[in-house]
Amino acid sequence: MAAALAARAAGVKDVLLLERDQHLGGILNQCIHPGFGLHHFKEELTGPQYADRFVRQVREDHGIEVSLRSFVVRLTRDRELSYLRPGALEEVKAGAVILATGCRERTREMIPIPGSRPAGIYPAGLAQKMINMEGWIPGTEAVIVGSGDIGLIMSRRMALEGVKVKGVIEIQAASRGLVRNVVQCLEDFSIPLYLRHRISAIHGRDRVEKVSIVRVDDGMKDIPGSGFEMDCDTVLVSVGLIPENELLEMAGADIDRKTNTPVAEKVNLTSVPGVFACGNACRVYDLVDWVTRDSSLAGRMAAEYLGAAPERPEELT
Amino acid sequence: MKRTMTCIECPQGCRLEIEADGARLISLAGHKCNRGASYARQEIEAPTRTLTTSVLTRGLELKMLPVRTSAPIPKEKLFEAMQAVRRITVTSPVREGSVIAENFLGLGADLVACRPLEAL
Repeated sequence: MAAALAARAAGVKDVLLLERDQHLGGILNQCIHPGFGLHHFKEELTGPQYADRFVRQVREDHGIEVSLRSFVVRLTRDRELSYLRPGALEEVKAGAVILATGCRERTREMIPIPGSRPAGIYPAGLAQKMINMEGWIPGTEAVIVGSGDIGLIMSRRMALEGVKVKGVIEIQAASRGLVRNVVQCLEDFSIPLYLRHRISAIHGRDRVEKVSIVRVDDGMKDIPGSGFEMDCDTVLVSVGLIPENELLEMAGADIDRKTNTPVAEKVNLTSVPGVFACGNACRVYDLVDWVTRDSSLAGRMAAEYLGAAPERPEELT
Repeated sequence: MKRTMTCIECPQGCRLEIEADGARLISLAGHKCNRGASYARQEIEAPTRTLTTSVLTRGLELKMLPVRTSAPIPKEKLFEAMQAVRRITVTSPVREGSVIAENFLGLGADLVACRPLEAL
């Protein structure tokens, strides 16, 4: 939305905004905690509030056509797009394309956690959507793997909903999340943070029954004799995000295989002329305010690529 | 008594050095802005938090409506507030900022909607 609005402000006449969900706002819709907008709006908003401010601006701008429940299935180097919307397959040719496709969560399968494969293991962001948007509580006793911001925020969220959060397990020597989140999400709710620990096994046949935890040394090797077990029926895995760039790849752009981000000399650029990437698809951000800042830049870069000029009132002679 | 605490007002997370006598702040260092000073005083005197959660809806376009308290509430009231939130069902369309429960639990803050929701 920030890119669309910035492109319009920079003189682009006709913007099509494609969203696969039934609402604008993306991940912000499920991030119901406060902490958004301190830089951009100079006040502390929740995710849905932050999104709503942009939705209102987008809805007022008649140069932006919003198409919801629209899933892009094809992007070519020449900026031809195909997208599915209810009842139709549409094709458009764009002068410039900005991809704001965000991230996917890394899953249990991407980190080595041995053990059985029972029910009760969720990526933390999925659990966030279940609790905040669907009203389902995934379990009664939970262990969180990974102390990034999503893991911390979900610890608090589950604790508030009456789930017993037994601990947050972090293999590194420090939390990867913001300090304020360690304080207000863990310390406020007396949730222990196990630094330099890892889950060595998940146990349970149909449902998670317990996890084995072991302390690791500086080389991340297990310390013999340090293992212990924790009973739980739920494990939330919060082990990072991977940018979602399948469309960019389809268009033939260079992608860094390790980070899944576009290979380019500057933020928002890709190796395909006229195709830009912004937000978490370009790099993983920790603050939405910086996503807005850089996405606005992407909108202006696209406008410049198109040779657009801001509309000026007619000069009087 | 001297101790340190982390300011949670913004993502900078300043490390505050605090000297306090019970619920009275004597000295403060380490804050980079005024929000830090008021946070430290509040945290010593009576810690508060903004509650954000979601409430059930019926007949609206989403199953849950995200809500927040319009102002921070006492930290020790968070669980009581969650109990009260569970008894609420929103059945009419709302706008961002619509009051869901006025003077929630008599705490002086309203429970407000964080997004608009239309009827189904």
